[in-house]
Amino acid sequence: MDGNKDFLEFVYSFNESMESKNVKLVYKGEITHQVTKAFTSITETNMMVEEEPNSVQKKVFHVIVEFLQNISKHADYMGDESHEEGSGVFLLCKDDENYVITTGNILMKQKEAAIGEVLDKINSLDKEGLKALYKQQIKEGRLSDKGGAGLGFIDIAKKTGNPLDYKFVPLNDEFSFFIISSTISRTQNFD
Amino acid sequence: MEVIKIVGTDDTPSVTLDVANEIFEISGRSLPEDVAVFYEPILDWIDRYSEEATGKTIFNFKLVYFNTASSKMILDILLKLEEMHEAGKDVLVRWHYPEDDEDMEEAGEEYSDIVDVPFEQISYSLD
Repeated sequence: MDGNKDFLEFVYSFNESMESKNVKLVYKGEITHQVTKAFTSITETNMMVEEEPNSVQKKVFHVIVEFLQNISKHADYMGDESHEEGSGVFLLCKDDENYVITTGNILMKQKEAAIGEVLDKINSLDKEGLKALYKQQIKEGRLSDKGGAGLGFIDIAKKTGNPLDYKFVPLNDEFSFFIISSTISRTQNFD
Repeated sequence: MEVIKIVGTDDTPSVTLDVANEIFEISGRSLPEDVAVFYEPILDWIDRYSEEATGKTIFNFKLVYFNTASSKMILDILLKLEEMHEAGKDVLVRWHYPEDDEDMEEAGEEYSDIVDVPFEQISYSLD
């Protein structure tokens, strides 16, 4: 039963790793509407118990909804059995100052440049710039066939007041793993 | 016209469109699984209503949360109300927001900048 013992050791170190990074919630798999509802509901309940300010609760809720919707609509399928369509990884971390919400999903490399360009632009703008970009995008952007309006990242940056950290990790010639992270301050006055 | 009365859930808003009782209201939370499926009947209804509207239309938005996919549909509703206003109909949008919710207040400001329709912002207390 050496294999089993290894596995139990893995579970222990997995738990230690999560604690060291303040991970409060983690999920890997297909992101459906039901999964999104489950996570928002758990997180809302926890935030209410901890008497988190309303504005923080709403921002955290919003980032979870937009990030997960993004995966369910845009994650690519690499065609192997270990990765389902519309699937990814989701982490919610919390320390004394911040909530940090991070997702990762498979993406076709050919989309990297466009996404990176949009995110760099968003990260370069101040609040007024983000408001202007949001207005332009909501007016001009058409709802895509998958239901996205191209507004999610802009709106997250606008509401959290923090840049979006991101990274593309190459998997092979065709695909990358796309990681994006948003920070919501628990203490900052958002004005 | 037929009355639209949708009872809200934790991810879809309550909607009342009732000409006889002069109630036009969308309230609650909006993050439906498929925004187009949810909002299409509402947009169709407003299209038909805009043809025959005679009295004053006071359209109330009293949302506590909406995702960005819904924000586009809300703009589509406002654009239809703008068309009615431009056609000389008496239209007023009332955007209600919880008094401590700056994001919802700001969303109202942004919509009122984008569409040309009489627009009132009203804060309310959740207690």
